Amino acid sequence: MGRVNFGGVVKNVCLDYVPEVAVGDYTIVHVGFALSKIDEQTALETLELFRKMGTLEEELASEEEAFARAAKAPQSPCPDGSCDPAEHIQPADAPTESRGR
Amino acid sequence: MKYLTEFRNGEIAQRMAREIHQVATRPWKIMEVCGGQTHSIIRNGIDQMLPAGIEMIHGPGCPVCVTPLGLIDKALAIAAQPGVIFCSFGDMLRVPGTDRDLFQVKGSGGDVRVVYSPLDAVELAVRNPDKQVVFFGVGFETTAPANAMSVHVAKRRGLKNFSLLVSHVLVPPAIEAIMSSPDNKVQAFLAAGHVCSVMGYWEYPPIADKFQIPIVVTGFEPLDLLDGIRRAVIQLEKGEHRVENAYERIVTYAGNLPAQKLLAEVFEITDRAWRGIGVIPKSGWRLSEPYREFDAEERFHIANIHTEESPLCKAGDVLRGAIKPAECPAFGKECTPRHPLGATMVSSEGACAAYFNYGRFLSAEDLANAGSALSGAANG
Repeated sequence: MGRVNFGGVVKNVCLDYVPEVAVGDYTIVHVGFALSKIDEQTALETLELFRKMGTLEEELASEEEAFARAAKAPQSPCPDGSCDPAEHIQPADAPTESRGR
Repeated sequence: MKYLTEFRNGEIAQRMAREIHQVATRPWKIMEVCGGQTHSIIRNGIDQMLPAGIEMIHGPGCPVCVTPLGLIDKALAIAAQPGVIFCSFGDMLRVPGTDRDLFQVKGSGGDVRVVYSPLDAVELAVRNPDKQVVFFGVGFETTAPANAMSVHVAKRRGLKNFSLLVSHVLVPPAIEAIMSSPDNKVQAFLAAGHVCSVMGYWEYPPIADKFQIPIVVTGFEPLDLLDGIRRAVIQLEKGEHRVENAYERIVTYAGNLPAQKLLAEVFEITDRAWRGIGVIPKSGWRLSEPYREFDAEERFHIANIHTEESPLCKAGDVLRGAIKPAECPAFGKECTPRHPLGATMVSSEGACAAYFNYGRFLSAEDLANAGSALSGAANG
């Protein structure tokens, strides 16, 4: 078991299926189990591709501004908890205290 | 949260939608299999950003919704027994059985509990040795590793008072069943990203080949969904039918190997009845022989159950993608999330609940009337 920080709420999560995770990694958690480590490098590359998409006719500067603006005022990440918990991407805090109870 | 808000960027979403508009020359019907994706599409208005001809068809990927009524009635019968602690994920509690739901069983004295993880149910069994603890193990491949681990741990600890009422279902056979249906309209699939985080996507190339359909592994955030749709449309326009991974930060081709190893040990393939769809061959998992002693159906011999579907509920047609939720005559009238007739109105992954919660039942006329009523009230 390890401890995973869900944007402020810390829960015990079973890490048996992701033996490769280390402290500070992000992971997908579903019903108390980490299922996949999030590949940060790939996430950044995907975002970079998205940001370039369809920008040929647009000023890059205005896009940068828009991106910063959107990052400052994000949409609500499902405050009532009604959406699938697996949608949330969590950082893993201190993963490997007591493996596999 | 990191990598969450970035994938919800509205300006990038607009540009992606514009690209889909530029690429699309014909109408296409694309099914998102997963109910979590259905909710994200409706909540974020993704379907309304698409060209008029691109239709999203909502698939059967809502485990609570496809759990057969007979099994829900069995769950209710087990939960009502004295000496039983019946554990479930929260969204199963309001799913109507033939004549009641789990809330009503709890109200009449049954010990029904909502747990966050199946391992919590195992802990309950350890702490309550004089009770039989049953966990309602419903779900697709995403939830299966958790349920498999609960049984694995229970066996290792030698627990005699823990069991699983299993109704596990699998995505690839469902895709095959939908494509093989004579009235199928679906031309491409968005494969569910979190199912693939467990299973990888090695199961899909033969399906893409067999039915000549693009399959795009897709995530759940607005940009993920738009990218999945964009890639599907590009393939459709080119006449291609490949498997693509649009959720690379989470999903690998091979998937989660430790999870697949335990799944293969704990479960075996079986035919499953899907509510509203019928029996799909080899479309589910049941406990394998070494773990059969933990099967609640074997432990509690429940017979003589009278099972009867609501005559008003059209959830089956919704699950097959034959109708949209608001086309059901009972939608928003006899059937609401507070008083649901079918599971699709209950679950956080159900299409009817998505349409109801995000107001997708109001016509343009309704909206105009509501607007004028409001302004009238303000003026008066």
